Amino acid sequence: MSRLIASRRLASNICVSKLSARTFCNDASAKLNNVPNSSQFNKELEDEQGFTNDVPQYDIAIVGGGMVGIALASSLASMPLTKQLSIAIIDSNPALTNGASIKKDDPPDPRVSTVTPATISLFKGIGAWQYVEQHRHAYFDRMQVWDYTGFGYTRYNARDAGKDVLGCVVENKVLQKSLLSCLQASISVSAGLFFFSTLEMKTEQNKDFKKTIYSTRLSSMSLPTRSSVSAAGDLQSKSLANLAKLELSDGTNLYAKLVVGADGSKSHVRELAGIKTTGWNYSQSAVICTVEHPAENFCAWQRFLPAGPIALLPIGDNFSNIVWTMSPKEAANHKIMNEDDFVKAVNNALDFGYGPHPGSRPFSGDILPSFFRPDVTSSANEGFELPPKVTKLASHRMAFPLSLMHANQYVSRRVALIGDAAHTVHPLAGQGVNMGYGDVASLSNVIADGVAVGSDIGEVTLLKKYEADRKTANIAMMAVLDGFQKAYSVDFGPLNILRAAAFNGANVFAPLKKNIISYASGELRLPFLS
Amino acid sequence: MSRTLLSRSLYQLQNVSRSNGFFLHNSSTKFKHAVLAAFQPFLQSSRPYANSPQPAASASSVDQAELAKFAAIAESWWDAEGPFKPLHVMNPTRLTFIRSTLCRHFGKDPLSARPFEGLKFVDVGCGGGILSEPLARMGASVTGIDAVEKNIKIAQVHADLDPVASSIEYRCTTAENLVEEQQKFDAVLALEVIEHVANPDGFCKSLSALTKPDGATIISTINRSMRAYATAVVVAEYILHWLPKGTHEWSSFLTPEELVLLLQRSSISVEEMAGFAYDPLTGQWSLDDDIGVNFIAFGTKINE
Repeated sequence: MSRLIASRRLASNICVSKLSARTFCNDASAKLNNVPNSSQFNKELEDEQGFTNDVPQYDIAIVGGGMVGIALASSLASMPLTKQLSIAIIDSNPALTNGASIKKDDPPDPRVSTVTPATISLFKGIGAWQYVEQHRHAYFDRMQVWDYTGFGYTRYNARDAGKDVLGCVVENKVLQKSLLSCLQASISVSAGLFFFSTLEMKTEQNKDFKKTIYSTRLSSMSLPTRSSVSAAGDLQSKSLANLAKLELSDGTNLYAKLVVGADGSKSHVRELAGIKTTGWNYSQSAVICTVEHPAENFCAWQRFLPAGPIALLPIGDNFSNIVWTMSPKEAANHKIMNEDDFVKAVNNALDFGYGPHPGSRPFSGDILPSFFRPDVTSSANEGFELPPKVTKLASHRMAFPLSLMHANQYVSRRVALIGDAAHTVHPLAGQGVNMGYGDVASLSNVIADGVAVGSDIGEVTLLKKYEADRKTANIAMMAVLDGFQKAYSVDFGPLNILRAAAFNGANVFAPLKKNIISYASGELRLPFLS
Repeated sequence: MSRTLLSRSLYQLQNVSRSNGFFLHNSSTKFKHAVLAAFQPFLQSSRPYANSPQPAASASSVDQAELAKFAAIAESWWDAEGPFKPLHVMNPTRLTFIRSTLCRHFGKDPLSARPFEGLKFVDVGCGGGILSEPLARMGASVTGIDAVEKNIKIAQVHADLDPVASSIEYRCTTAENLVEEQQKFDAVLALEVIEHVANPDGFCKSLSALTKPDGATIISTINRSMRAYATAVVVAEYILHWLPKGTHEWSSFLTPEELVLLLQRSSISVEEMAGFAYDPLTGQWSLDDDIGVNFIAFGTKINE
């Protein structure tokens, strides 16, 4: 990192002191010309006042190197205006630094994400989708949603909205690994060196690299306040006091202009920044696992049961992923019951369990008034289908409690929250991670805009643009999902019929269906407002 | 916005004071009274030299308490949610215009994070440094000048918080003094200044003299239109209280045509102009073809 020797006029014309200060960008060396002999001066000053220049400074510190945190780093590294930013990623997960590759023959991990077309285009922009496609992934172009009462069902087909796919199911570890490969590729290009040999760990020799992974945890954070800045005596400590200071559990300290909390729903950054949250628990848990079936599956299946939805998502080859929502007690049972019983329970839940198959429609395209006819989508006439029979369990089972949580603010001075740190949703539509990637796309654009006009990237006015951009979109999505959850948590006759009518309505009316697909694909910002 | 504008008003007053010897006996006395009244709390530091022909830079020694005082003022000046919010909100929009026109003019890569590397800019009427700092982050070596010493102190205190910004050379001086020093810059910027200047013609000549051959000059101001009166004066000053009453004197505004003519006479040919549009729903400004109220002009020095 180059040094900027800054000449500075103190107040008016009194004392002129020259100080060294580390710059954030290493291309400021042109300024050196202004102050001849200053490096010598600077050395003397350092000796006199005991300056230590060893505290690393970054433009951005991303706390949490999960799928969303790494996506932000890669997204910033892929854009011309932001690629020069120095970034620290703080995460103790060894997978970030050990360079282990994913074996193709391993059965799929139960932790998967359903990525929408909007997320896929973010990945393509970053350059990470090519890596995803090298691993196991499953596009699906059809989706069938029905409920246990047997009153109605909806089939969505990508063709209804003029698309090729509705989404793609990818293991979380594949998403993360692809983003990481992409980040490494971009750095090895810009640094002119092969990345793997240098990024192993933060060490002295790689501190010149602009993307550094700290394999440790955040232990505390101090944000600049008026008093801390004015209490700082000399120039260097003033400029440091104006930054966020992170203390890591291995004893390292670092400074950053912007701290991004990508550390999940129990975000430590959020807590340290004093940002409050609103939310509730659903008193539901989700059981997830991978299952095998005889033939490959290209459809996403979701059936609403009295205790919550069960989803069967294709994950490639003859595997599918199960996300089954139920009461915490049931979840504990389903987690430990023997494999055969579990497979039986899954097949039952996806077939006749809890109620009949939806029969012939209460009203179909044929009996609609003729003026609706031209708008009837092709999938409206597709009959109800049964999901594939599960033959065996292919992974361990995991259970986790479900909750809804929303941070009251996404940003404060020098802090921004993304992904689950800002919002946690019910997994029933697989939208959680897509909301996180929406945050990534928005925040990286806002940072690029800030760099373009020379803003301080940790400035709250700039960060507020990100909040304004994402908060409405996320709240709308959360309301829709929460409404769904609420609508299905009551088993009450008239409500069941209303629900069925909604299903059939969504199935038959093309504009509504297109709208729902576009919204779920991440292409519409607000539901039903196209 | 008010205080930059006010400081720039004081800048005008100072120019006047230098030529007339004292500054209140002038045709627009009423306006200046209003300005001074609004500026009262901040006048202590500027009053001593307001009557003096000496430039303000010759101030007495600075002690820690005074520095702390300016640090506190700087904090509120730079607080994006504070009294200068309108200025902070508008700033990125002005910088978007500056970035695109200057990148094109100097043949710089608009996708570079520091496109102005190697170029010398002067920010005339820099106030607290709200334009100078971003320009420095975009790579320019910036000189910020303001006739009000207090503004220079605010700017300096704030620039010290960021190593990149601390490369900015802040000086309490006037464009005319820089001309006397025969300083030349690749780009000369005077945003929201000319409407507060007593002699716009002379001011444009000074800006032109500071601009290198083939250099660029950027000026922004408010149009002398009924709409500008309604928005900048009635709405901004009297209804929304964004600015203290009396900040603007409508009759001293310039229309775009007048500005182009003034610059033409000063050997600067205006190449591009844009207006600013405010969206009250989002609270954001954007660049617009409509130059009816706020506008910004980019010109190049005509080689003689």
